[in-house]
Amino acid sequence: MTDKFKMATLSSSPANRPAENRKKKLSRFFRRYPPLVMISMLVLIAIITVAIFAPDIAPFEYSKMDLRSRLQPPFWLEGGAFKHLLGTDDLGRDVLSRLIFSIRMSLLVAFIGTIIGAILGTTIGFLAAHFGGWVDDAVMVAIDFQAALPFMIIALAVVAFFGSSIYLFIGLMGIYGWERYARITRGLALAARTHGYAVAVTTLGATPLRVYARHILPNIASALIVNMTLNFPGTVLMETSLSFLGLGIQPPLTSLGNMLGFGRDYLTTAWWIAVFPGVVIFIATLAMSLLGDWVRDRLDPTLK
Amino acid sequence: MSISFLTQKFLRAFFTIWGIVTFVFIILRMSGDPVLQILGPDAAPDAIEMTRQAWGLDKPIWQQYLIYFMNLFKGDMGVSYLDGRDAMVIVGERLPKTLSLMGITAVITFAIGIPAGVYAALHRNSFVDRVTMSIAVMGFSIPNFFLGILMILLFSVTWNILPSGGSETWQHYIMPVITMATAEAGVFARFTRSAMLEVLNQHYIRTAIAKGVPWSKVIRGHALPNAAIPIVTITGFFVGTLIAGGVITENVFAWPGVGRLLVDSVANRDMAVVQVIIMLIAASMVITNLTIDLAYGWLDPRIRDLRAVG
Repeated sequence: MTDKFKMATLSSSPANRPAENRKKKLSRFFRRYPPLVMISMLVLIAIITVAIFAPDIAPFEYSKMDLRSRLQPPFWLEGGAFKHLLGTDDLGRDVLSRLIFSIRMSLLVAFIGTIIGAILGTTIGFLAAHFGGWVDDAVMVAIDFQAALPFMIIALAVVAFFGSSIYLFIGLMGIYGWERYARITRGLALAARTHGYAVAVTTLGATPLRVYARHILPNIASALIVNMTLNFPGTVLMETSLSFLGLGIQPPLTSLGNMLGFGRDYLTTAWWIAVFPGVVIFIATLAMSLLGDWVRDRLDPTLK
Repeated sequence: MSISFLTQKFLRAFFTIWGIVTFVFIILRMSGDPVLQILGPDAAPDAIEMTRQAWGLDKPIWQQYLIYFMNLFKGDMGVSYLDGRDAMVIVGERLPKTLSLMGITAVITFAIGIPAGVYAALHRNSFVDRVTMSIAVMGFSIPNFFLGILMILLFSVTWNILPSGGSETWQHYIMPVITMATAEAGVFARFTRSAMLEVLNQHYIRTAIAKGVPWSKVIRGHALPNAAIPIVTITGFFVGTLIAGGVITENVFAWPGVGRLLVDSVANRDMAVVQVIIMLIAASMVITNLTIDLAYGWLDPRIRDLRAVG
């Protein structure tokens, strides 16, 4: 302890100060933004960029077949060519291009699903908090019910009874996780209603809609945003799992899970069809989870 | 445990089952005319009328709902459209394979996840702690279907030492169990670690140490029993993920269990079988949650003696 103290006093002689300050700043920066979080952020930015500019980046049309170059390996393997960097699939379609469009599809479905879930859950939470009584009871029963069946089973049941279409599927992804938003919103709204600001605007004659949307919502937004970031990787996994089982995104559309599912049949001859989308799912969800944890710690330490 | 605590829990279990049955009934009726689905769109009008009467579909909807309930209680859940056998029998045949897979996975999950979490908590911030927790995070971040496929690629396709599908010998269990247990053990390790850390910060632990209780006794007698309570509560969640994970894993490894039957039946729209499986899953989830609630009440004296307080 004393040694360290001495060293600290010694090294803070005027000549060394700027260098030391820079070091301190650097270490403080890394504590606030750990390297792993920075990498996750870069990965996520890269993935989002790929998703947005998919048509410009992809070397080929994702459904373009080339039956003469079927099951071609990636360029670094024997028989591979730079024309198809990550090889081709059973119909001679470029794996890289399909991968890029799959990222776009999977992210889009998860993104729309998350937005729908957040809006739905938040609205239900506000309704429960506002009306109380039997509305509140009904919502709580629905939350219990949702928690009692794994969501994947509910999704499978709905697909079994209605068949799979892309709109139904996106709607399903929107239902996924609604109960968490509802529970958070309900709890926080009940607490917020007793706070001074909410009481004040209510007394001033603001309509309930205005109180909830303009005053309470901004105050509880951070908890909802945290829940969204934590929920997002789960939604991506749910989409890829269902598509992998062949019950989500249907061909000719492509998603990461559906690519992996079809690639499974070619494991012995063409592993690259299944492995690349799998790696992308793994890296993307890992980066999202790490980033989500970090956002939670920064925005809402009480949720830890 | 007080009577009101028990009644409340049982009522809740009953309502959940009732809600799920109603949910299935509603989407069953919403998804279209069942007669047309069975007979096809080109069926003769009088055939449609006859089937409708035979199945009670000409009655008002509330009567249909009651009949549906009665049939469930009688154990009559309909026949499979595919092979005409009783749907319950078809599911029952597949059940042992699924239960054995889940049972072994559960044992492995507890045997690895809980000790790893306890060890990591007791050696907080050590190298082993960091490595264990990194492995745990990786474990539950890797999608189970991808982990399964990677293992097939390595152990079946490349090295040819393990079978890639089927369930005949004990070797067939290795990859499916690893696939399912990896994520679960990761979750358990992380959760156990935080539960233990929470407990170790409590005053009664400090008191025990101050009294001169040996460290091993502090852990066994004071820390572990208290950390067990939150761990028991996530077991319900665990059963849910085990069922969902089982559906995927059985499909990856061509395991002849209920999970694969579910996906096949969904793809073929074999409603009766899907219905039986959903009811089965719902019932097992509700029973699990009820058992956990009761175990929780029994483990935690604060709940066990609730009657004394209020």
